Amino acid sequence: MSDVVEKTLTALPGLFDSQTGAAKITNRLRQLVKSITELTSKHEEENLIKQELCAMKEQVSSPNTSMKQMREIMVRAMYCEMLGYDASFTYIHAIKLAQQGGVLEKRVGYLAVSLFLNEGHELLLLLVNTVLKDLQSTNLIEACMALTVVAQVFPKDMIPAVLPLVEDKLSHPKEIIRRKAVLALYKFYLIAPNQVQHIHGKFRKALSDRDPGVMASSLHIYLQLIRESPDSYKDLTGSFVTILKQVLGGKLPVDFNYHSVPAPWLQIQLLRILSLLGKEDQSTSELMYEVLDESLRRAEMNHNITYAILYECVKAVYTIHPKVELLEKAARCIGNFVLSPKINLKYLGLKALTYVVQHDAKLALQHQMTIIECLDHSDFTIKRETLELLFRITNAQNVTVIVEKMLDFLRGCNDEHTIIHLVGKVSELAEKFAPDNSWFIQTMNCVFSIGGDLLQQDVPNNFLRLLAEGSESKEEDDQLRLYAVESYLTVLKGHTSHLPQCFLQVMSWVLGEYAHLQGSVDRREVIRLLTQLLDQRSVSSETRVWILSALTKIPEGQTDLILDLAERLASSQDTVLRQQAQELQHLSQDSQLHEWVLPRGAPWDAIEVDSSLSFLDGFVSEALAAGAAPYKPPHQRQEELCEDRALNLEPYSFSLPVSLSSCSITDRQSPTLLSVSSGLSGNSTELSQKAGSSTLILEGVKRVWGKDGYLPQKEATAPLVDEPSAAVQPPVQQEAAERTEPRPELSTRNQDKQQLASSLFVGLGVGSSVSLLGKSEAPPPRFRKKPRPHESSSSSGTSEKSSDSSCRSSHNTTDSFLYGSFLEEEPATSKSAFDHTPKSTTANGLSQNKDTKEDKHTNTSQIFGGDMVIVRPSTIQDKHPPSESSDLTALLPADLKDLPHSDVISLTSDPSLSLSSCRLFRDEALLLLIFISNCTETVIKDIAVQLTCEELKTASLRGNIVDCLEARSTSVCHYALLMDDPHTNVSFTGTVSYQTQPGHTNTLPFSGTLSTADFIRPLVLTTEEYGKLWLSLSHDVKQNLKLLTDAGDPLRTTLNALKDALQLHVVDIIGSEGIVACRLLSSAPCLLHCRVSGAALVMWLRSPHPALPDCILYHCQRALAHR
Amino acid sequence: MQFMLLFSRQGKLRLQKWYVALSDTQKKKISREVIQIVLARKPKMCSFLEWRDLKIVYKRYASLYFCCAVEDQENELITLEIIHRYVELLDKYFGSVCELDIIFNFEKAYYILDEFILGGEAQETSKKNVLKAIEQADMLQEEAETPRSVLEEIGLT
Repeated sequence: MSDVVEKTLTALPGLFDSQTGAAKITNRLRQLVKSITELTSKHEEENLIKQELCAMKEQVSSPNTSMKQMREIMVRAMYCEMLGYDASFTYIHAIKLAQQGGVLEKRVGYLAVSLFLNEGHELLLLLVNTVLKDLQSTNLIEACMALTVVAQVFPKDMIPAVLPLVEDKLSHPKEIIRRKAVLALYKFYLIAPNQVQHIHGKFRKALSDRDPGVMASSLHIYLQLIRESPDSYKDLTGSFVTILKQVLGGKLPVDFNYHSVPAPWLQIQLLRILSLLGKEDQSTSELMYEVLDESLRRAEMNHNITYAILYECVKAVYTIHPKVELLEKAARCIGNFVLSPKINLKYLGLKALTYVVQHDAKLALQHQMTIIECLDHSDFTIKRETLELLFRITNAQNVTVIVEKMLDFLRGCNDEHTIIHLVGKVSELAEKFAPDNSWFIQTMNCVFSIGGDLLQQDVPNNFLRLLAEGSESKEEDDQLRLYAVESYLTVLKGHTSHLPQCFLQVMSWVLGEYAHLQGSVDRREVIRLLTQLLDQRSVSSETRVWILSALTKIPEGQTDLILDLAERLASSQDTVLRQQAQELQHLSQDSQLHEWVLPRGAPWDAIEVDSSLSFLDGFVSEALAAGAAPYKPPHQRQEELCEDRALNLEPYSFSLPVSLSSCSITDRQSPTLLSVSSGLSGNSTELSQKAGSSTLILEGVKRVWGKDGYLPQKEATAPLVDEPSAAVQPPVQQEAAERTEPRPELSTRNQDKQQLASSLFVGLGVGSSVSLLGKSEAPPPRFRKKPRPHESSSSSGTSEKSSDSSCRSSHNTTDSFLYGSFLEEEPATSKSAFDHTPKSTTANGLSQNKDTKEDKHTNTSQIFGGDMVIVRPSTIQDKHPPSESSDLTALLPADLKDLPHSDVISLTSDPSLSLSSCRLFRDEALLLLIFISNCTETVIKDIAVQLTCEELKTASLRGNIVDCLEARSTSVCHYALLMDDPHTNVSFTGTVSYQTQPGHTNTLPFSGTLSTADFIRPLVLTTEEYGKLWLSLSHDVKQNLKLLTDAGDPLRTTLNALKDALQLHVVDIIGSEGIVACRLLSSAPCLLHCRVSGAALVMWLRSPHPALPDCILYHCQRALAHR
Repeated sequence: MQFMLLFSRQGKLRLQKWYVALSDTQKKKISREVIQIVLARKPKMCSFLEWRDLKIVYKRYASLYFCCAVEDQENELITLEIIHRYVELLDKYFGSVCELDIIFNFEKAYYILDEFILGGEAQETSKKNVLKAIEQADMLQEEAETPRSVLEEIGLT
């Protein structure tokens, strides 16, 4: 190709003559370009452009400038911008040009807009009307231009305005319009998925469009949709397979061929979709074996494009449910890549290998010589990809060689991203496979000194944690610690000025904590080394704090040195350091105090922190007795402040009546109640009882110092390791290498390589089982780690995959519970409550639900005896077997029984434990109750629940740690969930760890999904207040919804349906309009204004929170669609 | 696709198309950085490189570098072929294209790109269809050209 394109600058004069037609328009541009090329310095260019821009500025503001001239100016402005100069004064004119010009000007105007402005630019709002007009134009070109600009830059908030028009275009007679419309919708889907929710059906029509271009465009949307939820589209597998078959069979017009390969882009898109659909799904996978086989077979031509398809095919074969025959073929294909002399193909081959060795590490063996050659390749990209591959095949036997290769690479690398990435991998491998202490510490030293302060914080954190927590054997731990101390002392004796801060911090912590293990070294020496660091200028103040803490920990005895130091620091500029110096001074003089504050060798688990601050109870009651006002949380103070104010000056806030009773309900969980209730009773003895019965239960709740994920249990199950541990002797290895890579004469260099090969690929022997088909035994990692909250970075392929799948499958079940039970059950209970009076006097519309809920409770609790009193809600030792999950509602703590709640849903179970959850809707939070039921006849000990959700704020209220759960009993664990930013759906995950026998810890993962609807609360206000609030809000979203016309009063029916699905409050219905209000928990309100227009309901939403209307709209659409 | 850059051997930007919303300063910084890295690569090296969390795919045609940034899990070879097809389109449209064609008619190069790739995804891979769409628009342009310029001469616009 390049020879066709090849042309040199000598063609310049000829070019001017040959293109006179076009030259007319761009004459000025030509002059500009020409004069720029004649310039010699950057400075001259700057001056010239400055002049040019000045002239342009004058021209655009002159009223005499014609549209045609404007067009020409715009082209020059684009050119100047490309050169990097600011021509922002033309932006508005670009929009004008698109607005007012003829087709010709429009084309330039739209192009300039798409180049100048990006999605968020405010000027784009001015374009909306133009786009609307052009979308309706009968001129094909104008419509095309409008769609093109819509698919490139369009303000998210304005999507509803053009959406109906774009939707209409899906059935336009011209395929080019349909194609562009599909891509515009794809773009909308990416930036605002909720808004196109209702047109999914039309995507199917696009998929079966008679024009291949339109069909291919719709695949972009499907790929995205299927990536998000593959299960919803399994029924389309057949269609995708048929399309791929037709493409392969050459049924498409020849135009779509690319270098005589039929529609390669389409093929690749389809292969990606199929691999997503077939992943972990045998029956779906079976549908596609045949076509994948054909794909592999057909891609035989030696051209980049066939390799691109092959690569995608191989990936698909290894992603879907395995079929041996196909796997073999795919593995052979990889050979073609890896052995290719073309470097691009080699790269892709390595990438493919990296992917497949996660499924079958043995595959790397066949290509070991190539891999070793790539390892020494001069191209950085190839080297890095090779290391990535090696990382995947690392096991306990080859770890030292591989890590060394990685560190070598890192030493010569100066790209920040690469360093961060690889250093993380090295530390991961070191923790997992370290053969001995010294190697581990040395490697980590390298990691810290190379990675330095670029390191992600969790690398040093994990390392220190590993040292601190240790394993089962104290002796081994101490050896490791001792080695670390020795190694650091050596490091510190050398040059320290170049060491990264993070390494210094790690060293000082370790020395402070474990220097005492080292008997032979003088304590004075340690202190001297650390003090030396303090004198260095390069040491940051944060590191100084670490060093001082270390010095504080080193026991007394060297008072003179310490006092000396403390004195010097006492005059430091840094207040933190001064403070620490003070502490140091006091502690070093009082050995008893030192022992008390910093106990030597205290086990980590023993440090208990009373997070409830119960030790202050006495202080609080004393203060109350002395007449102090009871504590009020900030939000309550705020609300009361609003009430007191005679004139409400803030348009945004609106006062809600706060009754004391509602306070006490809402504040049950916080220590506040202590003071509130005692303030009422004035009796401190009663206070403690009360606290014991209904609020803070401190006994039995083990609080442990550390992150909320840190649990005292030891993990018995080793981290999943994929690599088969085979004991293959190096000779056999060598033989295998020679077989695949026959070399007649082995030079010494080759011998070196052979040797390297045998050390790199040891442990991947032929005799080792294939992890895909058989179970492989994981070698025990050297350092056993306790469960970490974020193990997601875990490297081993299968563990990633399996956790992935478990996540997904449980996700599905919860999905169905959400849309099945939640949308159906919830309304059933709340319907009657809302039907009475829309305007209620209570602060929260939900409390009306009490009546119905209580009915339900009495029913269920009669089973247990109606007057059952639950004294200790956190661990309910109930005699009745909690086999029926619905019975569990009876176990709701007394103080929560009055709250509206969802049904109890089973989360997960194993032979010993079963977990179910129930959602309770409190005004300011969603309570998630997790019922942990012991299904066995024996006692289960040390149960610890851990819940994480990225999008929500979660707080464990109580019961997340249970020391001991009797046979056949159930304990309740409370979580409060807060949603600050609306998300349509959020999923939470968590684990329960427990011990059935001492020393044997099991973990049971669980997950679930919550929808925004769980966090929506009705907002009760009058029509007047609504009006005021409406005017004060700005973000709005408009959308047409389906109107339920099956009843006499369609508006009322529809609103009631929405009210039932989401807990909305219908403020008023006037004629054909209705106003509805709700809020996200107790924060951002959202106002909905609905108007009947023909057969549709025009809904207009406003909220101070920009994303909230979208979410609510999504659920409204869902609710109406499911009717 | 995140963005596409065309630049000369001297590092002069000839075309830039961004499919992600970025500020002007970010765009400038990124293009400077990418141009620098790509120009530093030797001819025999492979056409892909990891950059930040993206993949850069580039190819040199005569004096011009075509360079795309794609997501990490994207297929690099097919991106390379996208570049190639774009060059083919330019070639067909301009009639053996050279860097100067793109400098002087950069807006045309943008029109072709917009017909080929829309919102970062391949829109139409048939060469014939892309060029047909461009030609149609061009034709209309010429039709509009004549009467309009007459009107303008009289001063009616």
